[in-house]
Amino acid sequence: MSVSPGSSMRTPRRRVAGLGSARSGTGHFWLQRLTAIGNLLLILIALPIVIAAAGQEQAQVVAIIGHPLVAIVLLLLLFSICFHMRIGMQVVIEDYVHTEGLKVLALIANTFFTIAVGSAGAFAVLKISFGG
Amino acid sequence: MVQLTLPKNSQLVEGKVWPKPAGANRLTEYKIYRWNPDDGKNPSVDTYYVDRDDCGPMVLDGLIWIKNKVDPTLTFRRSCREGICGSCSMNIDGTNTLACLKSMDDVDASAVKIYPLPHMPVVKDLVPDLTQFYAQHASVEPWLHTETPAPEKEWRQGRGDREKLDGLYECILCACCSTSCPSYWWNGDRYLGPAALLQAYRWLIDSRDEATGERLDDLEDPFRLYRCHTIMNCAKACPKGLNPAKAIAEIKKMMVARQF
Repeated sequence: MSVSPGSSMRTPRRRVAGLGSARSGTGHFWLQRLTAIGNLLLILIALPIVIAAAGQEQAQVVAIIGHPLVAIVLLLLLFSICFHMRIGMQVVIEDYVHTEGLKVLALIANTFFTIAVGSAGAFAVLKISFGG
Repeated sequence: MVQLTLPKNSQLVEGKVWPKPAGANRLTEYKIYRWNPDDGKNPSVDTYYVDRDDCGPMVLDGLIWIKNKVDPTLTFRRSCREGICGSCSMNIDGTNTLACLKSMDDVDASAVKIYPLPHMPVVKDLVPDLTQFYAQHASVEPWLHTETPAPEKEWRQGRGDREKLDGLYECILCACCSTSCPSYWWNGDRYLGPAALLQAYRWLIDSRDEATGERLDDLEDPFRLYRCHTIMNCAKACPKGLNPAKAIAEIKKMMVARQF
């Protein structure tokens, strides 16, 4: 893709046309902003919870996280952050990784990694919440 | 992957230091990128001294003075010398701008350092190959699209609608913005770049144009439009004081608006 203009027999217009418009990207753009707002609101709610739990006995921390409202906030925060992380990382990969095969592998790994991290976090919250 | 180092045959070497003009009182030092496709040598930076008492105040005046009085092989584009044609765009003192609008006195460094527009193939010296840039401009079809049969006289436009084109129609396609954009450096083959997108927006908000939907369809792409990460180098570089980043943000807003 990094062929300099003039060194290929394709016309410049043909090269700019590429494979045409993907007719997508707006959903991605919107979700990135939506999850950013979600992250901000949820962190504002979660921060006092973390501060309250810091330095407490284990039993008390378990009791705090076990509260349904706290557990729901933590689960939502996990979901919002993981989603935001995945689509953000996707943009970074598309920006900098130009080898086609490597790019696809990186995009797959990005999705799998996010799901793994998200499920592990969600499992931990649920386990504590439902009494370990 | 993104290349962070230049290939061996593109690396800069020390160039020639041209003699100071005899009997000159006020001198300005120029350090200029030189590359000749025919001699097989690496690009170099030549040093010239411009006699300020024999030359106009702008960086372009100095370049023309050098070409006339010192080194006729120095190659650069220029035409109108007043910021209308967009020919003399180059990287001066670290920023893309028009040599004709940049005063030598406004250069912060002790020498006026001049390179071609960044990340473009070089034809010779300060002349970049803008073929792809022009093709990208052509791809947004920068002309009026209508289905309604043409009126007998002109297509009419209200004063308010005409004012929406201010800050857009003034673009002279000098390429200072697109070639200052890191996203365009890394993905210039698929990302249209700020100049083409500003032109696209100029037609998107033209009240007389009837192809707004098709225009948005063609732009709605993770690379063509959404490679803009609001870095804002474009607005900083534009020698005409335009704001391509704002135009791109407006296109994104139109994209979202038609979803809901």
